[in-house]
Amino acid sequence: MATVTVNGKEVEIGASERLNCIQAASKVGVEIPAYCWHPALSVVASCRMCLVEVGDKKPDGTVAMQPKLVPGCQTPAKDGTVIISDSQKVKDARKATLEYLLLNHPLDCPTCDQAGECYLQDYSFNYGRGYSRLNEPKNIKPDKTYIGDQITLFTDRCIMCTRCVRFTREVSGSAELQVVSRGSHEEIDIFPGHPVNNPLAGNVVDLCPVGALCSKDFLYQQRVWWLKSQSSVCPGCSTGCSITVDQNEERVYRLHPRTNEKAQGHFMCDEGRFGWKYTHSDQRLTSPEARTNGHVTSSDFDSVLASVRTALKKAAQGKGKVAAVLSPWMTVEEAYLLAGFLKSLSGEVTLAMGPVRIEGKDDQFPKDVKGNVVEPVKFTIRAEKAPNRSGVEAVLSHFAGDVMPFEELLRLSSTGKFSAVYLVGGDPEGWISEIQAEAFSKIETVIVQDILSSPVLKHATHVLPSGTFVEREGVFVNHKGLAQMIRRSVRGPDGTRPDGRLLWELAERSGLIQTDTLRSEIAAAIPALAVIGNAELKVNGVLLDEAAVAV
Amino acid sequence: MAKFEPVLFARINKPDSTSLKTYMADGGYARIKEILSMAPVDVINVVKDSGLRGRGGAGFPCGLKWTFLPKDHPGPIYLCINADESEPGTFNNRILMEKDPHQLIEGIMIACHAIKSNNAYLYLRYEYGHSYRTLDAAIKECYAAGLLGKNIKGTGFNLDIVLHRGAGAYICGEETGLIESLEGKRAWPRIKPPFPAIEGLFRKPTIVNNVETLCCVTHILYRGKEWFQSIGVPPDPNNPRDPGSYGPKLYCVSGHVNKPCCVELPLGVTARELIEEHAGGVWKGRKAKAVVPGGISMGFLSDKEFDTKLDFAGPGKVGCLGLGTAAVVVIDDQTSMVDVLFNCCRFMSHESCGQCTPCREGTAWMTKILTRIRAGQGRLEDLDLLMEVAGSMGIIPGTTICGLSDGAAWPVKNAISKFRGDFEEYINSKRATVTSAQKLMEAH
Repeated sequence: MATVTVNGKEVEIGASERLNCIQAASKVGVEIPAYCWHPALSVVASCRMCLVEVGDKKPDGTVAMQPKLVPGCQTPAKDGTVIISDSQKVKDARKATLEYLLLNHPLDCPTCDQAGECYLQDYSFNYGRGYSRLNEPKNIKPDKTYIGDQITLFTDRCIMCTRCVRFTREVSGSAELQVVSRGSHEEIDIFPGHPVNNPLAGNVVDLCPVGALCSKDFLYQQRVWWLKSQSSVCPGCSTGCSITVDQNEERVYRLHPRTNEKAQGHFMCDEGRFGWKYTHSDQRLTSPEARTNGHVTSSDFDSVLASVRTALKKAAQGKGKVAAVLSPWMTVEEAYLLAGFLKSLSGEVTLAMGPVRIEGKDDQFPKDVKGNVVEPVKFTIRAEKAPNRSGVEAVLSHFAGDVMPFEELLRLSSTGKFSAVYLVGGDPEGWISEIQAEAFSKIETVIVQDILSSPVLKHATHVLPSGTFVEREGVFVNHKGLAQMIRRSVRGPDGTRPDGRLLWELAERSGLIQTDTLRSEIAAAIPALAVIGNAELKVNGVLLDEAAVAV
Repeated sequence: MAKFEPVLFARINKPDSTSLKTYMADGGYARIKEILSMAPVDVINVVKDSGLRGRGGAGFPCGLKWTFLPKDHPGPIYLCINADESEPGTFNNRILMEKDPHQLIEGIMIACHAIKSNNAYLYLRYEYGHSYRTLDAAIKECYAAGLLGKNIKGTGFNLDIVLHRGAGAYICGEETGLIESLEGKRAWPRIKPPFPAIEGLFRKPTIVNNVETLCCVTHILYRGKEWFQSIGVPPDPNNPRDPGSYGPKLYCVSGHVNKPCCVELPLGVTARELIEEHAGGVWKGRKAKAVVPGGISMGFLSDKEFDTKLDFAGPGKVGCLGLGTAAVVVIDDQTSMVDVLFNCCRFMSHESCGQCTPCREGTAWMTKILTRIRAGQGRLEDLDLLMEVAGSMGIIPGTTICGLSDGAAWPVKNAISKFRGDFEEYINSKRATVTSAQKLMEAH
């Protein structure tokens, strides 16, 4: 163990932890401000915001301080390191650096998207001088409105921390961004004709500590202090990036990655970042329907649910007449509720896995100029475009013994084996083709629980509009068995119900759905999912099988 | 003291001084075989014991730098020769390269042998076209004569020298900026540690030496460390950290003098001697007001300080940053220090690489303030502001990656503290030399 002293307070750091002074100080709750340093990028020590006094404690207890201030980001914290970040010398250096950074900054906070979550604002408030002594005209650099399809650059707000440049070089590997010109004329720019359109491009907006790089999608949509944030998980692929969903008045405005070393690290891909739009699509199913001979007989949710229940109970009287398709977009809780309910109707119920969409191959970063992946891989967009195959499989294995593939169920359905099927969709890109839907054309009762229209709807006898990932709560299990929680951020449109509530009511459970209680029930019932009852699930998630991942 | 006999400049006025033939006729490469047969560590010890300090500006002991290389490194180890001579007022390397390239090449061979390097990169300032052609021809001659390439003179020592022309930036003279530039990147100095001796060019151990330093190495090996220590200023016995200033030094004298020159003298001459004895006095019968002791980033000597010894320790005693490149720029009494300082600041803000915040913004801000003063809109409190900005950029608290920021702040600190009267007079007079707001903006 190594002991580091931060402003007189001692903190133990582990022998294998390679921390710099900023990280060591944060362990005792001391913030050392920094712009250019980012834990996932290389150290350049150029913003000079993190200057601190550093010294060494000798074995005899005396402390030898270095005469100069040193950048905290570049200085490793070792046993005996003494960090002082609250001396007058340090405060003066911060004041000076902030004054420099704001010299040519336009101070256009009222029209800046970053205002409210801006490090220039925060640090100026905490450590700055409060006024500028510049009497001369500012340098005004031209805005670059097109440096990428999703990104715009307000050059005059830039503080040249080069985080974005390092990101495109070190993480995406595409190296579109660079510094041009020299000295106070320098700017971030792209090479003409090579915009920042890599699949991870949106991250440079999050990385930008000021309002220079902005997302075109979010630009001028909201003031960030109006937004309410909720931790969640991106459902775009089986990587299961930890994210934060920002909403205001039941409308999602943006997703951004939440740092979670257990999941993806610090970033997320653009596909996921901008892939929530279907939530507010006018194509959403918003009308529950019970149909007889193609005519809608009821569109009241409760009566449709009652009708579904009756139909299922009736079919369950026959041997093996009920089947269900559980979507990999369902949470563990939803899958458990549906499977449990059907199993309670009939022991002979057939449970199958819904289609798991696979697109191409896993896309790994960084890539070199030829598109070859460079080790070590820092980010992976997975080909499996479903968030919870592992979780649903665990539930299926528990209830059905094994996992029946969707194709097998289609084959059985077209033979006329079943008289009632319960189909759960949820994939916004569509999950069933016209031809596949034909397998259900002859079945007496076809219950479809989905968010968007699909070819199978024309054979449906019951339609249950359900919720998207921002409208539900529950557990997704990612590719490596990490169980994380998605949380409800917004209320779904009228006429929809979150899947969990819908299934809870279908199963005639009493009261309102409580996913906490449900998770304890699942944890007790399914050994493979035993850990989802842990409290850590709600923070960074829990691994279903620590040992399996360690190997 | 007997009249000093030039060593580095001994051959520069001889006819055809650049050719291998005349260089060998004058005794060049005569003992190279013998030196290349010495154990590398012995060569390092000779240079270390001689007390040779780097001539590039910082005055770091050369032999000591060589010992920082990791022991038993499998290689490659690189030598970079810093010929990006861009400190204003400095032109000694240029004369060495244009007039006596073989002296430098021999020094490179000896240095490479000492540090066990087989590759030397000569980073040449772009503007030195003549130097480029001379060096290129000299290197080709050496290859043809078997003095470069494989198995030099049968000693089993291999050496290749690559002559690389820079693209014209002051910052490429900073050793890690030079390395980045050689690697084909933007010349942004690297954060240290690791120092280049541990991880430099292409992430291998690298030594960066100045042209003049390497020329001295040749003579130290030929004439011995005792000869070298007989020249110059011994260490100050009262200062245990002073390694002394031994050896000959090329002083460049320019500015308001009758006869700008580059002259080789023992370290420790005074500015007054240089102006009066070597540069023919101040021009137009005027008196000198200020002298830059060693390139503008070192600050200024006021007229009371002209008798300061220009050795590695001297300028530091009177508030300058150091000897720097020993480029003496003389400023006459008709010149306003405001204009001089403006010129310094404009240069530094143009050449700041823009990596570190204080240097990028500070140099530009100081230039803007001085431009405003020169536009007749100065205020007396601007002087305190300039001092404060220079203070937050300068060597204490050491706020930046490389020394450019210190070098940009120092002339400001020196000029305002030593010539405050000049500034106050200028501001109070409301004289204007620059007026338009556009110019203010363009001035960085």
